[in-house]
Amino acid sequence: MLSRNSMRLARAVAQPTPRLARGFASVQDTPAQTLQSDIFKPTKYGGKYTVTLIPGDGIGAEVAESVKTVFKADNVPITWEQIEVSGVQDNASRTEEAFQQAVASLRRNKLGLKGILHTPISRSGHQSFNVAMRQELDIYASISLVKNLPGLQTRHKDVDLCIIRENTEGEYSGLEHQSVDGVVESLKIITRAKSERITKFAFQFALANQRKKVTCIHKANIMKLADGLFRGTFNRLAKDFPQLECNDMIVDNASMQCVSKPQQFDVMVMPNLYGGILSNIAAALVGGPGVVPGCNMGRDVAVFEPGCRHVGLDIQGKDQANPTALLLSGTMLLRHLGLDDHANRISNAVYDVIAQGKVRTRDMGGEASTHEFTRAILDSMEKSL
Amino acid sequence: MLALRSIAAPAQRQAFRAAPRAVSVSFQNRFYSSRVAQFTGQKDASGKYTVSLIEGDGIGPEIAVAVKDIFAAAQTPINWEPINVDPILKDGKTAIPDAAIESIRRNKIALKGPLATPIGKGHVSLNLTLRRTFNLFANLRPCRSVAGFKTPYDGVDTVLIRENTEGEYSGIEHVVVDGVVQSIKLITREASERVLRYAFEQARAINRKKVRVVHKATIMKMSDGLFLNTAREVAQDFPDIEFDAELLDNTCLKMTTDPTPYNDKVLVMPNLYGDILSDMCAGLIGGLGLTPSGNIGDECSIFEAVHGSAPDIAGKGLANPTALLLSSMMMLRHMGLNEYADKIEKAAFDTLAEGKVLTGDLGGKASTKDFTSAIIDRL
Repeated sequence: MLSRNSMRLARAVAQPTPRLARGFASVQDTPAQTLQSDIFKPTKYGGKYTVTLIPGDGIGAEVAESVKTVFKADNVPITWEQIEVSGVQDNASRTEEAFQQAVASLRRNKLGLKGILHTPISRSGHQSFNVAMRQELDIYASISLVKNLPGLQTRHKDVDLCIIRENTEGEYSGLEHQSVDGVVESLKIITRAKSERITKFAFQFALANQRKKVTCIHKANIMKLADGLFRGTFNRLAKDFPQLECNDMIVDNASMQCVSKPQQFDVMVMPNLYGGILSNIAAALVGGPGVVPGCNMGRDVAVFEPGCRHVGLDIQGKDQANPTALLLSGTMLLRHLGLDDHANRISNAVYDVIAQGKVRTRDMGGEASTHEFTRAILDSMEKSL
Repeated sequence: MLALRSIAAPAQRQAFRAAPRAVSVSFQNRFYSSRVAQFTGQKDASGKYTVSLIEGDGIGPEIAVAVKDIFAAAQTPINWEPINVDPILKDGKTAIPDAAIESIRRNKIALKGPLATPIGKGHVSLNLTLRRTFNLFANLRPCRSVAGFKTPYDGVDTVLIRENTEGEYSGIEHVVVDGVVQSIKLITREASERVLRYAFEQARAINRKKVRVVHKATIMKMSDGLFLNTAREVAQDFPDIEFDAELLDNTCLKMTTDPTPYNDKVLVMPNLYGDILSDMCAGLIGGLGLTPSGNIGDECSIFEAVHGSAPDIAGKGLANPTALLLSSMMMLRHMGLNEYADKIEKAAFDTLAEGKVLTGDLGGKASTKDFTSAIIDRL
């Protein structure tokens, strides 16, 4: 904790910008950070990268095993540092310890591949580890890539959108209190600094990925100050990116458009809660959480995890889970490291197996088990050699 | 306490609950011993109910005429009382003219076309003003697939109830320092209980056996937790209705994947989630032009078309009156005039399903008048 703060302070001081004069130290994190500076390349040791692997709860162990098998078969130069964290409370102290260990490991390795951790509802339960991890490591931008997979029929065609979600503030601030019995206030925090950071990230992301349009999702007609600040920031920064088409849309209309005409969307950027809602709606358009990859980017750390965050406790241990989302998240990780050859081989194999349609997991309308599906991917990789 | 309550008769319950509540009288003086939001309007001497009619802006007057014609043809026992709700400023706040308020108070019920919110600083939207004036705490949004209009989703028949007075839309916001804004989501047990009770009663009224609460209590443990816990308590009073809860993320995912499992449920949720999901459901069946809406309060209720006022086609006779017509069906059912509602609804759905006479927004060429007379012919 101490080291992080001092590091941050060091950076803030090192930058000869007028930002220092802007006031509160806590809000001036990184308004000027951009995608380029965000991508922090880890170093190789002995020709290999070390990546933290957190399988997570539910189907996590099964799909993580699938990823490990596939990566190993392709001789990907990655050493996994596997850490078992669980949000299911059986032994509270051990859980917390594992969580801290995972955070430390991510901080060291700068890179992680992660499944989803369970969050209990009860008030006595811990805070969501998923959220805590994002806040602790300041991995502020969540990206979900929602695209129709060739050959996998769904209700909608030609969906190709990307949801960028602010990950560290908004409704997930965790600030709640009970004023008197039966009256609860929950604070949603929107800051200019973090809004700037995420919208700038979205614009840069759009440019880097040859996307044309960025849509800001908000509810500024009701939350005039909070979402107004977010939208205002977006519109102000949009002027610096004349090559991109920029527009904004109210969140209820956006969800309606999403289920009727999803083709109109390209990159979408939004505060925390709306991101949760829209990434689920969008994931359902292309086949569910099993096929949507994603990642969380921060300044120092990048954690790749399925783009639509579902634990899958109901099918845990049944060998039914679809590893596609984690596999594709893994290939995003490879591209992040510049290992494009490996990434292409693996993702092509995954697409190939799904397109052929013979071996598919249940959520894609097939009968295959996780193991059979993984096997088919390995076979496909072998054939293409 | 819970066990006691589930077997207590309503009268006992009132007494039982009044005691602990006496401390917290300040928010809401009501102890739901009777049904929530029951219609209390009276027939006049000729045996008809009077309904306040807000025609609205843009296409509003045209679709209002369509509804009036259809109601007349079906011999519905209703007199219309047109009222004007052009906003006035009262002590610097947006308000509705007194005559309009009085009319709605007297009739206990109103039907409303689309209103264009005047753009300009300081104007609160009229919809919000109406909601606040009459304390319309629940928004009832059913969505049903229309046979004549093809979308990627078939057989949708969802019913969604949204808390309408607090939550994320409490309007309590402030700038802490420059660049840092706090927006407060307010959840109270009173308002939650009121809308939840209405949800259970509505489930009974429309013959659904399941009520499902949609929440995000994993993250908002206290606020959504309060809503969820209140729901669990209220559910004890309705042993005939099955109750469960679902995480918002799952609802979004499952509904968009396949909405039909929700056909036997009534969904109830806090304000923001309800706003988003109700519009999403509208998207499933083809947009706001086909979805009715009711704003329910204890004193009175307002049924409305939630689509825009479409100024571009106003006055051209091209507008689709379906949303307002379906809202008026909900209104009839709220008033207990079910037989008329069934009759008109069947005629309307049959006309839509046949697909011969459809307005432009549904891919047809008919005018509002043609569509209206096609429905009247079927009556």
